Amino acid sequence: MRKHFFKGMKDGIPTALGYLSVSFGFGILAVNLGLTIAQSVVMSATNLTSAGQVAGVGIIAAGGTLIEMILTQFVLNVRYSLMGLSLSQKLDSKFNTFHRMVISFGITDENFAVAYSQKGDITPAYMYGMILVSMVGWVFGTLLGAVAGHILPSALTAAMGILVYGMFLAIIIPPSRKSRGILMAVVIGALCSILIKYVFTFISSGFSVIISAVISAAVCALLFPMNDDSESDTPKEGGDA
Amino acid sequence: MNTYIYIAVMAGVTYLIRMLPFTLFRKKIRSPFFRSFLAYIPYAVLSAMTIPAIFYSTGNIATAIVGTVVAAVLAYFGKPLIVVALAASLAAFISGFIF
Repeated sequence: MRKHFFKGMKDGIPTALGYLSVSFGFGILAVNLGLTIAQSVVMSATNLTSAGQVAGVGIIAAGGTLIEMILTQFVLNVRYSLMGLSLSQKLDSKFNTFHRMVISFGITDENFAVAYSQKGDITPAYMYGMILVSMVGWVFGTLLGAVAGHILPSALTAAMGILVYGMFLAIIIPPSRKSRGILMAVVIGALCSILIKYVFTFISSGFSVIISAVISAAVCALLFPMNDDSESDTPKEGGDA
Repeated sequence: MNTYIYIAVMAGVTYLIRMLPFTLFRKKIRSPFFRSFLAYIPYAVLSAMTIPAIFYSTGNIATAIVGTVVAAVLAYFGKPLIVVALAASLAAFISGFIF
């Protein structure tokens, strides 16, 4: 029990360090867009999702509607549903409904990847340790970024506004070199977003992300179906991921 | 509207998305289209969020373009996230003295 908890904490450290830098960028962005330090930190502690939060502060800054917020969060974060489904196949028998309800809060891209790569079934203690450490990194980084956004000179914080987008590029560009499907998802997503920004200007930023992402992912799923987990799927030609 | 209402709504939606399937379902999604769709969504989302927003992220399009080019080149060569981000930021900051 305790051994699993500490193993989880140890496995969460690389994620926490990564989160520290991404959430620092988020903290800067959030206060640049008018959120307070407290609001930025509360958002990170309750949401624990980079893309959702970046889109969220954009919608708040633009005075968007709650419907727009709900739909945006749904589309941006629906992948966690699939991760939850996958992870639910690997759970130790100690996982009761209560543990599932608490631990689901900590399903992120990174925590999912680390947990899923474990050999054998995963225990609640392991997940609690990992999620705790990764959350500390996420929330503490946000605090540092938000405070820095308030005390550093504005020329510096303005330049730091690009931090989080730089990280997004670092996430999407390397896999685009290896998978034609991902490259197309990135290119079509960007083209749709540019088209909406400059031509269909009546569409707000939150809806722009939804529309662009759904069109892009649907087109790519049709043209380049993925076979990421082959145990139940038969391989298909044309899939390259 | 109060910012905390937005935050509460965000948190609620995001939690339900995570909690419901993890707690209730035990089966796998089999549709290759839907699985692929969900697999492509993160890349499509991040791309649509980044472009063209990155060009407005520093308050000066010229410095943002410099930062974007630096980030894209370093990302292309597989540099770590934090290196890409800091270099983009530094490039935008330094070019701010020129533009």
